[in-house]
Amino acid sequence: MPVLKIPTPLRTYTDGQAEISVSGGNVGEAMGGLIAQYPALKPHLYNGDGNLRPFVNLFMGEDNIKDLQGLETPLPDDARLRLIPSIAGG
Amino acid sequence: MLPGLTRDEILRYSRHLLIPEVGLDGQRKLKGSSALIIGTGGLGSPVSLYLAAAGVGRIGLVDYDVVDSSNLQRQVIHGTSTVGTLKVESARAKLLDLNPDVQVDAYNEPFTSENAMRIAKDYDVLIDGTDNFPTRYLTNDVCVFLGKPNVYGSIFRFDGQVSVFYAKEGPCYRCLFPEPPPPGLVPSCAEGGVLGVLPGTIGTIQATEALKVLIGIGEPLIGKLLLYNALDMSFEFVKLKKNPNCRVCGPNADVKELIDYEEFCGVPGHDHEEGSAGANWDIAATELAERVEHNHLKLLDVREPHELEISSLPNAVNIPLGQLAARLSELDSAEDMVVFCKAGTRSARALELLVSAGFKKVKNLKGGINAWAREVDTSLPIY
Repeated sequence: MPVLKIPTPLRTYTDGQAEISVSGGNVGEAMGGLIAQYPALKPHLYNGDGNLRPFVNLFMGEDNIKDLQGLETPLPDDARLRLIPSIAGG
Repeated sequence: MLPGLTRDEILRYSRHLLIPEVGLDGQRKLKGSSALIIGTGGLGSPVSLYLAAAGVGRIGLVDYDVVDSSNLQRQVIHGTSTVGTLKVESARAKLLDLNPDVQVDAYNEPFTSENAMRIAKDYDVLIDGTDNFPTRYLTNDVCVFLGKPNVYGSIFRFDGQVSVFYAKEGPCYRCLFPEPPPPGLVPSCAEGGVLGVLPGTIGTIQATEALKVLIGIGEPLIGKLLLYNALDMSFEFVKLKKNPNCRVCGPNADVKELIDYEEFCGVPGHDHEEGSAGANWDIAATELAERVEHNHLKLLDVREPHELEISSLPNAVNIPLGQLAARLSELDSAEDMVVFCKAGTRSARALELLVSAGFKKVKNLKGGINAWAREVDTSLPIY
């Protein structure tokens, strides 16, 4: 089953869960399922128009989904999705 | 022409000279090279120590802060004896003790749109060790405009990121992060904490990348982002591509000069310790102390439960910020309420949330429980 890795700053909104199993035919459907499960995540990831916010980087394996087919990217069963957060500490 | 090495330098760098990839030529390249390190904190400490030890001929340090005892858990270039002194001077003394043959330029000033090009233009590489988004975007744009590599490192709690952003050969920071996150979404290390050794790991990798770039060996992390997690001890890489729509390095770039980065990011260009909700919404610790004595006031503590063990206020109700939206029904909007956290940043966000939900009689404790510990109850610890 595909899994999505949640970065530390967003785990507050996933009950502390670091990895969440997701499902769907494509990346967008998997993200929809994630939001349904953890609605508090939605404002952090999506704009009002239903697109991912520009600072949100969603990768499948080593690739940014922006370099694939975006939210339409087909989701293989062994997909590993991860959100890469903007962090600024130094 | 590359500078030669003295007899003493040949001895000092002998372990480098033995490596064929470095050798005499590589060491001479390092001696003739320069690196500008933005920030002399958690990342800047190991970066500057290792670059000085390695013999980078000229090292610039930019920081305007003074050493605080809460820095010493991770900022290993400073020491107990230098608490209260300028960070760039504390660091310069340590670096020159480690290697008197290098030149250390100390810039005791914030890195800003006004001075950044002047400071950076003569250095071969910039190393981003800052603690805030505005300075990260500034450092990136300076590197793009001057055509220099930007050795990027960033940390939060147990997580670290490293890349070499070099627009001539690959993506820049803005290709990956076109826009900063909304103010307040990503906690700073002052708010969220950081494992002390984490900047050691990340800064040491940045130093490694800088040395590779300066000598011209190996495969620098151009077009790759390293993601490190100390808890899992995982090192993972993702591929980064140049963003054709990048506003600073793309073919149709419209950002042609440095901008106001604080305005762009909506936050100050430093890891602000003290948060404020604005003059109309803030209450000072001393004023709160008077009001608590005379009036009925609800105290809402929005810190994480483990922070309550460090310090707490009697009769305060604890709802962590992350749970507040879902637990509003536990609060009475008719009641006078003062929200607080460690230093006033999270409580300012909680206040925004409460006001947008219709609460009108709310105030933010300016400076948080730390201000209370300084000004009202000095038996409480400051953290």
